Amino acid sequence: MGNTATKTLNKKSWTSYLGEYGAFIALVLLVVVISIISPDFRTAGNFLNLLRQATFNGLIAFGMTCVILSDGIDLSVGSTLALSAVICAKLMTSGIPALAAMPIALVVGTLLGAVSGLLVTKGRLQPFIATLVTMTAYRGLAMILTDGKPISRLAEIAGSSANQFAFKFAGRGNFINIPVPAILLVLSLVIFYFVLNKTTFGRKVYATGSNAKCAKLVGVNITKTKIIVYALSGFMSALTGLLLISRLDSAQPTLGDGYELDAIAAVALGGTSMSGGRGKITGTIAGVLIIAVLNNGMNLLEVSSYYQDVIKAVVILVAVLSDHKR
Amino acid sequence: MNIEMKGINKSFGTNQVLKDAGFLLKDGEVHALMGENGAGKSTLMKILTGVYTRDAGTVLVDGQEVVYKSPQEAEKAGIVFIYQELNVLFDLTVEENLFMGKEITKGFGICDKKAMRKKAQEVMDRMGVNIPINAVMSDLSVGQQQMVEICKALMVDAKVLIMDEPTAALTQSETEGLFRLINDLRKKGVSIVYISHRMEEIFELCDRITILRDGTYVGTENIKDINMDDVVRMMIGREIGERYPKREGVKIGDEVICVENLCKGKTFQNVNFRVHAGEVLGVSGLMGAGRTEIMHAIFGNLPYDSGRVLINGEAIDIKCARDAINAGIGFITEDRKTEGLLLEKSIAENIELANLGKVSKKSVLSKSKGRELVKKGIEEFRIKCFGPEHECNNLSGGNQQKVVIAKWVYTDPKVLILDEPTRGVDIGAKKEIYNVINDLAAKGVAVIMVSSELPEVLGMSDRIMVVHEGRVTGIIDAAQADQEKVMTLATGGTL
Repeated sequence: MGNTATKTLNKKSWTSYLGEYGAFIALVLLVVVISIISPDFRTAGNFLNLLRQATFNGLIAFGMTCVILSDGIDLSVGSTLALSAVICAKLMTSGIPALAAMPIALVVGTLLGAVSGLLVTKGRLQPFIATLVTMTAYRGLAMILTDGKPISRLAEIAGSSANQFAFKFAGRGNFINIPVPAILLVLSLVIFYFVLNKTTFGRKVYATGSNAKCAKLVGVNITKTKIIVYALSGFMSALTGLLLISRLDSAQPTLGDGYELDAIAAVALGGTSMSGGRGKITGTIAGVLIIAVLNNGMNLLEVSSYYQDVIKAVVILVAVLSDHKR
Repeated sequence: MNIEMKGINKSFGTNQVLKDAGFLLKDGEVHALMGENGAGKSTLMKILTGVYTRDAGTVLVDGQEVVYKSPQEAEKAGIVFIYQELNVLFDLTVEENLFMGKEITKGFGICDKKAMRKKAQEVMDRMGVNIPINAVMSDLSVGQQQMVEICKALMVDAKVLIMDEPTAALTQSETEGLFRLINDLRKKGVSIVYISHRMEEIFELCDRITILRDGTYVGTENIKDINMDDVVRMMIGREIGERYPKREGVKIGDEVICVENLCKGKTFQNVNFRVHAGEVLGVSGLMGAGRTEIMHAIFGNLPYDSGRVLINGEAIDIKCARDAINAGIGFITEDRKTEGLLLEKSIAENIELANLGKVSKKSVLSKSKGRELVKKGIEEFRIKCFGPEHECNNLSGGNQQKVVIAKWVYTDPKVLILDEPTRGVDIGAKKEIYNVINDLAAKGVAVIMVSSELPEVLGMSDRIMVVHEGRVTGIIDAAQADQEKVMTLATGGTL
């Protein structure tokens, strides 16, 4: 009875601050250490490169954060990315200009995500199973659509020169020397931060993940909230897919394979609770950057890729454990 | 078994919850342990049973100093703690729960199902409870789950039984069964520590009483030598006046809610009642009678088969909670921990979530509006906390309940349904909740109060509706009602 009331009377201890900003502290430490060891790492060019690399995982991880906050998980992000990208490429090969095909692909991605949401809510499937189903199905559909072969030289078939420019600009362009994907990453971060922290929808997402029963009783539409977060995740996946095919100038049905795991890892690194209700988008960006810095740094230091995976695993384990301990 | 605890100190961080607390338990007595929430009753018992370690002090069991390192160790010595928070595995059956970790085996880890079933049935019979032992826990009512918990403790040969609010979720008949059992145990020389907020029970059941206040020992008395007012004074260190504050000069106005012929399968049939502005309708009945289900149906949280609900004379179509809220109904549910609160969230987030429309503009949250509302809530309902950011998990039961009430009151309901509003809440906070109910009635809200505590229903209501097996067996004026009449109706009798 009374003991729980008294256990944490001190409002905020330094450990809770550490927990809150732990991912950032780890990120800074990592950057400092690698900068000291590797001179190549601390160049402006490399930082931009790193940011570009972080973008793809980052955009997906933002959507994933919302899904996980609502007490779900989205395993289908990689497949959704591939299927939307392939559909975009297919539309372009059939003569539809890039400026039309790309928005269509975004809508498709959103709908694909909404399907997962419907399976979770109306179908009453557990999120893990529901998105395992969509993950498998979307990957298969991407394979069927392309016959398993990549669709290449997309920029050439993008349509008029304006269309060609737009298509290339998305994944390869620079705006005042900053890669467009990196700008999108920052923009998305701002939007997600705003939505999660400053809007009634954000509150509903947290409430749904924290205690759906209670949220429902105060009038939160759980079904709607969940469908929206999955749709959002699908949108972010499709967006990432478009940036990727623009950058690679080719759409492969195997695109984005395994991306769901990096995204989930980033969300977990950022301190978001896997059972929903607790977490921050700022933590996720820190998690994304930690993974990117690790990848980039270890490549520069010529660490064998076998060791890289083990080291990444250890970092994630330590981060999540220290989060638990607090 | 004799237990003596002396000079117990315990701090969590910088906060000292026990200061020189003590307690003396004699062989074969039922000893009440009372105090307000946060007085340290549970903590003291958790120190005895090895859940917590003490900072200072001695614990003597039959004259021997002991330090139990874990509840398992204490259990081996014969001291069993039945927690208030149910500690059950919801996906398993009653039998599996009873024998969890103590399975009877034929050797090689193979369960002897037959023997376990027999022993389980024996204990159930001895308790006089009728719960199928192969039922899955999650299908049982909270009261039944609690009975299983108590049975579980009885599986071990306990010499000391500590019960923390055992009757909080029990029906009258279940409570009576429990009391019979406690009396049996007492005769067999088992000592029982009985923690409860319910005065009537303490005076009916216990031999002696020890009172704690703010973590210190106040005194121990023979129950025969004191009365309820003495106990309250010892507990809170001041007088609180009448237990059920009067509503004076509240005019009962027009009819606000009218429920007509509400039916749902076997759960409830032909429920008819109306509540007027400024009126408090008490709803009484045994656990499982369908009281809670009727309320959930009115609130759109449980689909019903037929019948209708009218607000201010207009039939409303309620399919979900949102519809009910829009129609002006508020619902403080029975279980604040699983339904009433986002426990891991702050007071602010909980109050704001129920009032998102009030604290936002075009779906964008307004920090100042939110802060204003929450600040008002904390002051108006006197929620003891560090501030709006205080996590609800760390509030006492009474203060948690105040948060739930606050969040609903600010939705400006025309009808407020309160299901067991004072369960697990201490006397001081209870009175504050009663005052809130009276204030709401004075403002013209139609209040529906479901409660298993008869004195509370009798003391607070204008009229009392009694439900028995899904049917309304009577609606009587509180002025003409007494415990006996209500119980007659609740058990299916007629007046």
